[in-house]
Amino acid sequence: MKITKRNLSVGLTVICSAFILSGCETMQARVLDSSTNKSAVQLRSMQSRAFDTTDRLKTMRTVIATLQDLSFVVDKADMELGSISATKLDGYALRMTVSVRPHSEKMVIVRANAQFNITPVTEPKPYQDFFVALEKAMFLTAQQVE
Amino acid sequence: MPNKKLLCAALAGMFLISGCATTIPPEALKFNPDTLANRQVQARKFDTKNEKELLSAAAAVLQDLGFNLDESAPGIGVLVASKKRDARESGQVAGQIMLGILFGAAAMSIDSEQLIRASLVTKPAENGSGYILRVTFQRVVWNQNKKVTKIEAINDLETYKGFFDKLSKSVFLEAQNI
Repeated sequence: MKITKRNLSVGLTVICSAFILSGCETMQARVLDSSTNKSAVQLRSMQSRAFDTTDRLKTMRTVIATLQDLSFVVDKADMELGSISATKLDGYALRMTVSVRPHSEKMVIVRANAQFNITPVTEPKPYQDFFVALEKAMFLTAQQVE
Repeated sequence: MPNKKLLCAALAGMFLISGCATTIPPEALKFNPDTLANRQVQARKFDTKNEKELLSAAAAVLQDLGFNLDESAPGIGVLVASKKRDARESGQVAGQIMLGILFGAAAMSIDSEQLIRASLVTKPAENGSGYILRVTFQRVVWNQNKKVTKIEAINDLETYKGFFDKLSKSVFLEAQNI
């Protein structure tokens, strides 16, 4: 086949579209974040820790103080639900929602989830770092939730 | 013109690098050497027994500064406010106009507007008397083409000093450094 200008441009268009389309996922996959290779159980486990306290209010205040120490600006806080959302801007946008729920008669569970720019944070390390910072502020050990 | 080529290459490189940063930086959720210094700049202790009064005085100062309140949760001492303002700075405008003359209007990027956000949090002081109030500011800046040019925390000493000077007057209380 003779390579004409027309053939070349059609070929390039096809290749470019293939690249563009391969980057796409369905809307459903985006809404449900089903393309992350972690199960809901794995995610919950890396995003949650239990603390030996029943003082939910104090835990929430400590979470807020820790987020401020980590250069976050609080977006929203709700005492009834125990949820706090905050954003860190540092050349990027890192948004976190942290919720504090009573677990048993003597514990609370703190759960955090984060998004970095437009991607969910699904690696365990950033969450470990967050809970290390939080334990220091709480003066309590963060315990893995089974 | 080799300079123009160099500039284009540098810009393309910058875009590529910034486009690649899709994972969270390792230090993003760790305390760093600036943590304590920032806390001292952003927080003051107030000798008051009434947290709500302190919050309401702080809300009034935010209003004095032209902020609009976005969120309030007085039960845990949280106020969130924001304002949109002009972001043009005379030095930058002059520099960018020179760039425009040399490389065409497309090369110009003049900061045009910014969203400034503030969150203000009170909590009981550790030793049991009074409250600690911490305020943090951040901003997003857009250029004349509505593209984001800056996305950052505001850590400027004078900004915080100015805020607490106004707040001290507002609450008629002596703000004590922690």
